[in-house]
Amino acid sequence: MRELDLTAELQRQLGVCNACRYCEGFCATFSAAQLRAPVTSADVTYLANLCHDCRMCYDACMFVPPHEFAINIPAAMSSARARTYEQYAVPHAFANAVRAPIAGAVLGVAISLAVLLLAVALISGPQVLWTPLRGPGAFYRVLPYGLLVAAALGLAIYGIVCVAAGAARFARDIGRGERFVTPRSLGVALRQALALTYLKGGGVGCYDVTRHSGRRRTFHALVFWGVVADLASTTSAAIAQDFLHVLPPYPLLSIPVLLGTSGGIALALGAAGLLAVKRAGDARPTDGRMLALDYAFLGLLEAVALSGLALLVFRSTAAMGSLLAFHLACVAGAFVTAPYGKFVHFVYRSIALVVNAHEQGS
Amino acid sequence: MNGRSSPDVDVAVCGGGNAALCAAISARRAGASVVLLERAPAYMRGGNTRHTRDIRFAHAEPNAAATGTYSEEELFADLLRVTGGETDEPLARLTVRDSTELAGWMAEQGVRWQKPLTGTLHLSRTNGFFLGGGKALVNTYFDTALRLGVRVVYDATVRALAGEESRIREVVYADPTGEHRLAGAAFVVAAGGFEADVDWLREYWGEAASRFTIRGTPYNTGVALKAMYDAGARRAGDPRGLHCVAVDARAPRFDGGIVTRIDAIPFGIAVNAAGERFYDEGEDLWPKRYAIWGKLIAEQAGQIAYAVFDSKTAGRFIPSAFPALRADTLKELAALLGLDGAALVRTVAAFNAAVRPRGAIDLGALDGNGTDGLTPPKSNWAQRIDAPPYFGYALRPGVTFTYLGVGVDLAARVLRDGDEPFENLFAAGECMAGNILTRGYLAGFGLTIGTVFGRIAGTGAAAHARA
Repeated sequence: MRELDLTAELQRQLGVCNACRYCEGFCATFSAAQLRAPVTSADVTYLANLCHDCRMCYDACMFVPPHEFAINIPAAMSSARARTYEQYAVPHAFANAVRAPIAGAVLGVAISLAVLLLAVALISGPQVLWTPLRGPGAFYRVLPYGLLVAAALGLAIYGIVCVAAGAARFARDIGRGERFVTPRSLGVALRQALALTYLKGGGVGCYDVTRHSGRRRTFHALVFWGVVADLASTTSAAIAQDFLHVLPPYPLLSIPVLLGTSGGIALALGAAGLLAVKRAGDARPTDGRMLALDYAFLGLLEAVALSGLALLVFRSTAAMGSLLAFHLACVAGAFVTAPYGKFVHFVYRSIALVVNAHEQGS
Repeated sequence: MNGRSSPDVDVAVCGGGNAALCAAISARRAGASVVLLERAPAYMRGGNTRHTRDIRFAHAEPNAAATGTYSEEELFADLLRVTGGETDEPLARLTVRDSTELAGWMAEQGVRWQKPLTGTLHLSRTNGFFLGGGKALVNTYFDTALRLGVRVVYDATVRALAGEESRIREVVYADPTGEHRLAGAAFVVAAGGFEADVDWLREYWGEAASRFTIRGTPYNTGVALKAMYDAGARRAGDPRGLHCVAVDARAPRFDGGIVTRIDAIPFGIAVNAAGERFYDEGEDLWPKRYAIWGKLIAEQAGQIAYAVFDSKTAGRFIPSAFPALRADTLKELAALLGLDGAALVRTVAAFNAAVRPRGAIDLGALDGNGTDGLTPPKSNWAQRIDAPPYFGYALRPGVTFTYLGVGVDLAARVLRDGDEPFENLFAAGECMAGNILTRGYLAGFGLTIGTVFGRIAGTGAAAHARA
């Protein structure tokens, strides 16, 4: 749907919602929409990212197609979210990647892998890919430590700068010039984001495979805390190495491996669960573009998690070098595509939650 | 499909809305095998329950569903007030008493409660709002019924209830695969009113009925009600009785639900097709004013009226699905509405000249801002219509439900033309509510009657079947 059409369409649909209000108990979106009626294009961006896609309102609405009112809020909202990711992509030249997320993810991993393999071949020699390497510093015999750190930092800084630039523009557009960041609004939003409050559907969960269940919220929590545990694992490994001067690989019962393993398992289960729920779920309250973004991002996360776990299991074998290269390629692919895919959803959604906490509180 | 010795099912329930589902669940929980015949296809299941959002019940203390206290006496008094005292007192007392159990029972079936919706705070003490509204309620009840083992047949139109004298033997119904006869030990009819059968409405309302908007499901054509009459059930309730509100003339012919209601009339004036006022727009507060305008419009030529107001009051009432028509002059607004411009200008001028302000406009009270020497008067909230842009809605009578039904006893058994009840035919919901809510409107009370009598009918039918 074109931008103007989507705004006009949501103006129409939310006009019906505003006259009905039966869905207010599911989430924050409908009360927020009442405060912004009639909605502008920026309001649509705000509301679409405040929407957590629990889809309970689709299940509960007596006006969904084929009713002539043709109300389908989750589909319109997910379409508007896909538009957001494109609109606020930095640099804008890469916004096209949002349109072809699966190809983008595959390409991201493939190019990263090619660059890595080339680097390995040139620097360490190709034989490290099939030779068993053991003992402290084994990973760095595949790729030198300095190079790994430089690449990781470079990608991370690139991702953070691009996402932050997009987020700043997004916040300015949806905030209507108000100073919505206060200790109170931040506190409320943080609590709601961490608790995934709006995936609770007012207490019944999300509408997905069966009528509704807590599955989405559970899997989402697994993904989130899995990623957090993996980041903590990396941080603890850096501390072990740079401050305690203990080189990896670490023993199974060390903090980095315990965190990384539990995080990896949580991430693998959560991403697989979300993929399954999305595949089996009712497709009507969804936008095809958003579904592709979901699949691309979840597929990448699954690849990162599984390749990481495989690396742990086979780190003493001849496959270690190849697995390390593949795992790093998946991580690099996730980083380079992050600003142009579903990854950004938590940034926009968190900002929308802060704006909403401010508007509901004032 | 054999004789009386071995029915196909213990309890056959005709209908698929709140009362039918409560009956099916109660019968199944009492151990009976249950088939539920729903007239609508699956996506339209649930009758007019789809459009509901809250249920009224007495409660001695605050609970998960409602705040404060609401005594049985107070609920009964509210019922007497809206019906002018005309109610079947034993049935009404039973409804009020059993209503105290409903919040807990509904929660046991999986229903969740939510805070009162924006703009409904006045109901938070007397009514419980279920999460997601009526279709969510219907979904929950269907899920529960299916999980318990109730067999549901969609697209099933009841043709007849066949039997001998006071005993029904089978229900004849048609679905897309053909005509079927389902023999049962007991039967519950909970299939709503007949408001979607325009020909039937025409019997009492003449040609006017073809210009009514039906706010609910197009499947409430009263086929099961007719089947009960054909089997010898006694009529109860006013056949001409309709609950009717003012709705936007652009509303769909059927199923526009709550979102097409227009509450703009008290904020300005209402005129008929001749551009003339016809009733005191400032007579009473919500919800009484809300409940009378449908009928008033039904009595106007062409069953149409127009609400006209100006920018002073725009946006101050409950919004509706379609935006108001808007123009910079009254003449232009009249053209948009299809009214004679000169007539509208004349009416507004006469109204403006008669307005006698007595203080600030207070829409929450009868504020005494009336008119002098105007016929009909506007008793409250009168203020000059002189601040462009001007706004207007064309209005139609929107039928919510009908009051005609069958007589029942305290066990929800349907009464025959004599006074004896059928042995094994029970009724619940809209098709017997007219015994209790004989006229008027009490928000959320239709669901109360449906839930109370659905449970009684289901339990009674199961007991009869298994005796």
